[in-house]
Amino acid sequence: MEAVLFGITAVCALAGGVGVIASRRPVYSALALLLVLLSLAVDYLLLDAQFIAVLQVIIYGGAIVVLFVFIIMLLHAWSGEGPGAGANLPPIVAVVLVTLFGLGLLAVLSGAHAAPGPPPPGFGTVQEVGRALFRRYLLPFEAASILLLIGMTGAVALGKRLLPSPGGPSAPPEGHR
Amino acid sequence: MTVPAPYYLALSAVLFALGTAGVLVRRSALVVFMSIELMLNAVNLTFVTFARLHQSIDGQLLVFFVLVVAATEVVIGLAIIVDIFRSRDTVDVDDVDLLRG
Repeated sequence: MEAVLFGITAVCALAGGVGVIASRRPVYSALALLLVLLSLAVDYLLLDAQFIAVLQVIIYGGAIVVLFVFIIMLLHAWSGEGPGAGANLPPIVAVVLVTLFGLGLLAVLSGAHAAPGPPPPGFGTVQEVGRALFRRYLLPFEAASILLLIGMTGAVALGKRLLPSPGGPSAPPEGHR
Repeated sequence: MTVPAPYYLALSAVLFALGTAGVLVRRSALVVFMSIELMLNAVNLTFVTFARLHQSIDGQLLVFFVLVVAATEVVIGLAIIVDIFRSRDTVDVDDVDLLRG
C-alpha cells in the first residue's frame, strides 16, 4: 500500500518537475509546481512527518503558489521569454551537466541505510515538533519571526512606487497601472 | 516505512537535478524562481527522510526553518521581479545584465 502510494507520488512529482522547467507558459509551470508540492506533502505523510506535510500544503500550496499565480496575473503577457538569442549555455550542454550532477547525487545518497525501525510514538506530530520548537529551538524560532517581519517590510518598501526626483511633478496615484 | 529510504533520496536527487536544469536553461525570471523552489523542496524531502531514518525530530525542524526562509525569499524575490518589470518591461534574466562587466 505504502509502496503503491509512493510510486504514484514519485511519478507525479517527477512529471511536475519536468512540467515546471519545460512548460511554455509560466502559469503552467506554477500549476506543475503545485503538483510537485502536493505529491511531496503525501511523501511527508508516508515519512511520519504530519506537521511538515500540513505546513507544506498551507505555506507552499496555499501561499507561495498563489503568490506566483498572482504575479503571473499582474505581468501576464510579458512574463514569458522573449524571442531573443538563446541562453549563454546551450540547453544540451546544461542537460548533460545536470545529468552528471544528478547521477553524482544519486550515488552519494543511495549509500544511506535502508531500513530504520518503527518510529517512537508521536513522532512528527504537532505536539512533538512544537515541543522541540519551543524548547531547544526557541531562539531560531524567534529569529524566524523577525526574518518574516523583515521580509514583510522589505516587500512593502519594494512594492512602493519610486519617489519622483525633488522638484519634479507629483507621483501618479499608486496601484493603477 | 515499507519503502526504503534510498528511494526517497533518489526522488529528491532527481528533483534537485531538475531544478538545477531549470535554473540553467530557462530565461524567464519567474520560472527560474520556481526551479529554485523545486530545489528547496528536494532538500526538504532529504531532511524529512533522514529525520525518519535517524528517528530524530531535528530534521523536521530544519524543514520548518527552510519553509520560513523560502516564504520570505519568494515575497522579496517576486517584489524585486515586479520592480524590474516596472522599470525595464521585461522579466527575462538575460535582459537584466547591468552588473555584467
